[in-house]
Amino acid sequence: MSGPLTRRRTAELPEHPDFLWRKPELKKAYDVIIIGAGGHGLATAYYLAKNFGITNVAVLEKGWLAGGNMARNTTIIRSNYLWDESAGIYEHSLKLWENLEEEVGYEMFFSQRGVMTLAHSVGDVRSKQRNFYANKVNGIDTEWLTPEEAKKIAPILNISDKIRYPIMGATYQARGGIAKHDWVAWGYAKAADDMGVDLIQGCEVTGIKVEKGKVQGVETNLGFIAANKVALAAAGHTSTLTQMAGFRVPLQSRTLQALVSELLEQVLDTVIMSGAVHVYVSQAHKGELVMGAGTDAFNSYTQRGGFHVIEHQLAAACELFPIFSRAHLLRTWGGIVDIAPDASPILGLTPVENLFINSGWGTGGFKATPGSGWVYADTIANNRPHELAKNYSLKRFTTGHLIDEHGAAGVAH
Amino acid sequence: MLSIDCPWCGARDETEFHYGSQAHVSYPENPDQLSDEAWAEYIFYRDNPKGWYQERWVHTAGCRRWFNLWRNTATHQFGPSYKPFTQAPERPQ
Repeated sequence: MSGPLTRRRTAELPEHPDFLWRKPELKKAYDVIIIGAGGHGLATAYYLAKNFGITNVAVLEKGWLAGGNMARNTTIIRSNYLWDESAGIYEHSLKLWENLEEEVGYEMFFSQRGVMTLAHSVGDVRSKQRNFYANKVNGIDTEWLTPEEAKKIAPILNISDKIRYPIMGATYQARGGIAKHDWVAWGYAKAADDMGVDLIQGCEVTGIKVEKGKVQGVETNLGFIAANKVALAAAGHTSTLTQMAGFRVPLQSRTLQALVSELLEQVLDTVIMSGAVHVYVSQAHKGELVMGAGTDAFNSYTQRGGFHVIEHQLAAACELFPIFSRAHLLRTWGGIVDIAPDASPILGLTPVENLFINSGWGTGGFKATPGSGWVYADTIANNRPHELAKNYSLKRFTTGHLIDEHGAAGVAH
Repeated sequence: MLSIDCPWCGARDETEFHYGSQAHVSYPENPDQLSDEAWAEYIFYRDNPKGWYQERWVHTAGCRRWFNLWRNTATHQFGPSYKPFTQAPERPQ
């Protein structure tokens, strides 16, 4: 032959990549069905299999694996919350993060680069110091930084006292950091699949069958699937599922937006949050600045938000880091977060027997992924709330035992 | 940014408004006889539908008055807005 076909190839196409998990045949019945293959759902499946040997499990996902909020967050990990209950579950989570890559056998780019939370006024300083002391009492690593000490850790911070929101101090959790969200999901998915869990994508739950107060299974676009136990892990869509099961939850679904800049030289090797100026920033391994702030104001399931919210975040970022004013915005996205009245999760049993709920992680679910999965799996396996989930029940809205983390979250929402 | 139809001022940018959550949630009639469950319902539980929703807004940077409207939470499509204490329009199709 002659012509272009005989030309020597300069590059060989690689072999088709191995799939990380099987494309399993959907069974007619499972011991446990988990609704939602996001971070929490996958972690739950993993710990059900690993800690309890429960492997006849399906994780149903209406879209694609980890394509909801797991692909729409800012990957910040920390445990420096105010209240004992929060310290318990988030610190448990952080301890799991610290060994997760080795345990699961998958790279997750977990990086303990520290999380700094800035205070900009006398009131802000007092509130952050309260948080700092509460963390100390709970045995969570924390430091109080002067503006000069903060600048030593993050030299690009503007600590002038001539700006509108001067930095008057900061808390710093050195063990906090970031991880690569997709890799976290893939690691859990692969490990769960290896132990026999079925990951079913493109399977949307359209009904939850309840008889005599007990869950029987779920109706889906792929037909009815029977289950002894059904576990919700659907974040912003939790309310639509509990409606199918016949009870209400005190959740509101809102859009939470985030954004990345173009790839830049590494200038920031820690995570910086500010509630008063209202932005949180880190720099990903590839170099994008990753930023987020508060939710859009109104209920929405659209995964889209207003650009004025992005504009506000960027204004805040440029106030703190004048160097960012030349950066270009590359991409923005929105996730649907489920927010409870006290900004704390709802995790445990429901009015329907064998139907479990894990929701209300709101704007901060990513960091909780391992801890949430661990505690939820234990709750499902034993039909009672795990010790760390006891106070996160639906009942707290009747008893008044709220866990108010509105102020203690890194930024106000 | 949403363009919200204030029943007094007409369509204005979302940034002029604040959100007031679900509309038509009345204060309980006999608060002294209310159970803890009923108080929880009144204080903490609000509908959270994916679809049409009746909600309250206040035109903070305009006439500063409250009003209600229909909005679709799955599409951001607006139905009619209406003044308080007036008959609510039918749920849009």
